[in-house]
Amino acid sequence: MSALLAFARAQAVAAGIAQPVSTVRHVHLSDRPLVLIALTLAGEANAPLAAMVGDGPESGRLLIVSQPRNRDQRFAFAAELAGIVVGHIDRYRESAGAVRPGRAGRRERYADAPQIIVPNPASIGFVRLLGRSTRFRRPVGEYAVDPAVPVLGRWLTFFAERAEVPGSSLLLAATQALALHWASGQSMVEDLNLAALMGWIDPPAGLTGAEAATIAEDPLAWPPAGPATDPTFDNEVLAPLIRACSRHGMSSLRQELAVFDLHKALAGQLAPTWKLMWRAVELLRALPPGQRVAARWESDRDAFTSYCEHLRDGGPPQPRRDSAVAAARRLNSLERSQASYAAQRALDDPLVLAQYRLTGEAFGGLVTTAEPDRVDASGKRRKLRPLITVLTDDPVRIEPGSDLVSPNRPGQSAKVRSVSGGSVGTSVVLELSGGMGRALTAAPGSVPETGERLCYTTLTDSYQARGPFPDREATPWTHGGPPPAYTPTHADVTEDWS
Amino acid sequence: MTDLGRAASAREKSAAAVSKVLALLGDREHRGVVVDSPPGAGKSTLVVRAARELAAAGEPLIVVAQTNNQVDDLVDRLAEAAPELAIGRLCGQGYVPSDGVARHAGVVVEQQVRVLGGCLVIAGTAAKWATVSEGYWRWAIVDEAYQMRSDMLLRIAGRFSRGLFVGDPGQLDPFSTVEVDRWTGLTWDPMLSAVAVLLRNNPGLPVCQLPVSWRLPSSAAPVVAEAFYPFTGFTAGSDAGQRRVEFSTRAFGAGLLDEAIDLAAASGWALYELPARHTIRTDGEATAACAALAERVLQRGLICYSERAPGGELAGPGRIAIGTAHRDQAQAIRAQLGPLSAAGVTVDTANRLQGREFDLTIVLHPLSGRRDATAFHLEAGRLCVLTSRHRHACIVVARAGIPELLDAHPATEPVHLNVPAKFPDGWAANHAVMAHLANRKVRAL
Repeated sequence: MSALLAFARAQAVAAGIAQPVSTVRHVHLSDRPLVLIALTLAGEANAPLAAMVGDGPESGRLLIVSQPRNRDQRFAFAAELAGIVVGHIDRYRESAGAVRPGRAGRRERYADAPQIIVPNPASIGFVRLLGRSTRFRRPVGEYAVDPAVPVLGRWLTFFAERAEVPGSSLLLAATQALALHWASGQSMVEDLNLAALMGWIDPPAGLTGAEAATIAEDPLAWPPAGPATDPTFDNEVLAPLIRACSRHGMSSLRQELAVFDLHKALAGQLAPTWKLMWRAVELLRALPPGQRVAARWESDRDAFTSYCEHLRDGGPPQPRRDSAVAAARRLNSLERSQASYAAQRALDDPLVLAQYRLTGEAFGGLVTTAEPDRVDASGKRRKLRPLITVLTDDPVRIEPGSDLVSPNRPGQSAKVRSVSGGSVGTSVVLELSGGMGRALTAAPGSVPETGERLCYTTLTDSYQARGPFPDREATPWTHGGPPPAYTPTHADVTEDWS
Repeated sequence: MTDLGRAASAREKSAAAVSKVLALLGDREHRGVVVDSPPGAGKSTLVVRAARELAAAGEPLIVVAQTNNQVDDLVDRLAEAAPELAIGRLCGQGYVPSDGVARHAGVVVEQQVRVLGGCLVIAGTAAKWATVSEGYWRWAIVDEAYQMRSDMLLRIAGRFSRGLFVGDPGQLDPFSTVEVDRWTGLTWDPMLSAVAVLLRNNPGLPVCQLPVSWRLPSSAAPVVAEAFYPFTGFTAGSDAGQRRVEFSTRAFGAGLLDEAIDLAAASGWALYELPARHTIRTDGEATAACAALAERVLQRGLICYSERAPGGELAGPGRIAIGTAHRDQAQAIRAQLGPLSAAGVTVDTANRLQGREFDLTIVLHPLSGRRDATAFHLEAGRLCVLTSRHRHACIVVARAGIPELLDAHPATEPVHLNVPAKFPDGWAANHAVMAHLANRKVRAL
């Protein structure tokens, strides 16, 4: 946790309400996100118990499994969920004119992509595991399932894998998205409780954040947002109802009544969270989006488009494990996304940049001198290289020779010529290049003027090349040699569900 | 055993280990050899020796190290030892040859590997080798292989058929900026070190140990060996008679600081213990104590006697280092040191002190003043790097209460299937070091 974040949390405690830690929204929000809240049965590995899903506050649908230990009922649940989730996704694939040409006609991407929002990181885990247990199923042969089930599995896996990519908004956990924008007065572990976090951010009238969060700890008032359920509910309500639903020798009318009761009980568990989720979406939507959010959503749309193509071309389901080459490639791509996401957030948002100013990776100050027409004649060609001096009170931990950018002038790079500390602050001399026009005199306004306040940072959002990796067939002996190719077999369906 | 006898037997042991490695390189049975080297055990010497022997046998080879400094250092040593050898220094854009490389006329510095065709030995960083997409060499010598991530090895392993992997297993593991556990348990987990992946996929590869540390004094070798190399161990190449320090002035007026310094001078270790307190990371009192100790050592004039300088030599600021866990701590100490920092006292984090050597080190304990013991602060490699950089003495600065903090935070990391248990365990290693320091304590303030 950065010092600034710790300070904001302390302030939240003092003020009794969560404090904003960003000035803009750093996640993309779809016009109609698909909100999914899932509950699982305690004691079983990812056995779905209920789900509430829908793309609007009024259009939530409740799906339940009256006997979660029954395999057939689980797959019936998966098929029903597929109808909603895959149906939602397909609307983005089929809407006319959805595909538009990319740069130079080389790439195509859908005009928009679906977005799924779940309450917390554990729910992302539910999505991943449900995807894992359904994507290898088959619609024919032994243990045949509804044809929609394996398709759902592939899509859920796609979304869960995409959620690992820093800066992706295809699958969001509400608590993480909120914590990115507000600091509450509770611990990070407590922030995983959606109701408590929302209590700090948006307390009911007359209550402080701390009071609202305390009320949210009561599972009767605020049932858990899943996937785990409240143990008391499990023992006192759920267990008798499930028993009643599947008791042998009971009349079908009484059984139906039991299912109806279970439905009502689970609806009661999910309804408060459902309202909270849409309130959270509303709060996030009220923030203005950051400048670079759209560009990140574009890469999400690229990923969506290419996975659609993969499915259309009859590609296999995602493998159970990454091969050596795939793992290394993926790690490389995650690390590049992480670096660019961190830089983009800092460049978009002065409050995020402030965290870097505290650690010395960025500084803000006053331009004290400017030589806008300085020309560097040392090379073959004369080049315009203005010099400016910035005086700052920030602790500067930047070496001469580093390249900096300013959030205010992203097209211009600045090389540090010298850093000198004095009694009034630190003076940093910068040599500017780029973004000043082609002539040997700078275009008006393109060089910071004396008296201007500016920030500079070492974080750059510039494109980093993908590292070269061997082909899968050329996996070296150090990593076990080339792995056998995956061919789907009938043995896939005999795997245990969990 | 006499001093001479002990030194001779250490030399014999070390030479036997090196010949064993060279013999393994000679037989065609294995595709690779792994050499574990404790701190200061002559790893670079082995690399130079192996490179010379392979080159002499007419086998073209590449040398891979992790940083430009490491490559330059190896090239310098190799060119020094074998001036007749054609050596290529493969470099990236913007590389400026260091003095050590530039002074050898026989070393060709080039960005393109094609141009280096005439060189029997080509050295470069792993990151540079990863960009090379052509050429195939019979041998590769990978230095600091425990600090290389396995995905980097994946990128360069196609360039050679057999490899000698040399490194220090006790130092810091490579890390990633992202936290993902999707590969945990796979034998090719890209987050693991190159050697870990290599050995899990090729369990039959021979692993050799270098048995003698030429850097660590006899006061430090057993402590470091027990805490961080519990199964292999190593001994010091020198003994107490050969290594000792004196001061050109006597202690006067600086009380507790002098007490700690004298204790370290006499026994090789000292714990300068500040009163227990939970502090922020850049604990003002602790950083000031680190700076004051360094200043006092220099004021008093540290004279080191060793097998290199039996007559004694004055250790300048360049021979003293202060190690920390975090960069902001290093920066705070640098600010406290003021002009001394500019004079050459090294202040840096454990990551950056890896592979370096000093006469006296001052360590700000990673757990000092903390409320919790996280995996980062418990990592055995971090403490191992910090406590094994010195040739003579090490002074640890810490808040009281670290053993209690350790007891309050037993390791809670989840145990994963198919992941071999990692030794040494950071928690146990921290306890072992604190136990050794317990009776070398100076209570400050």
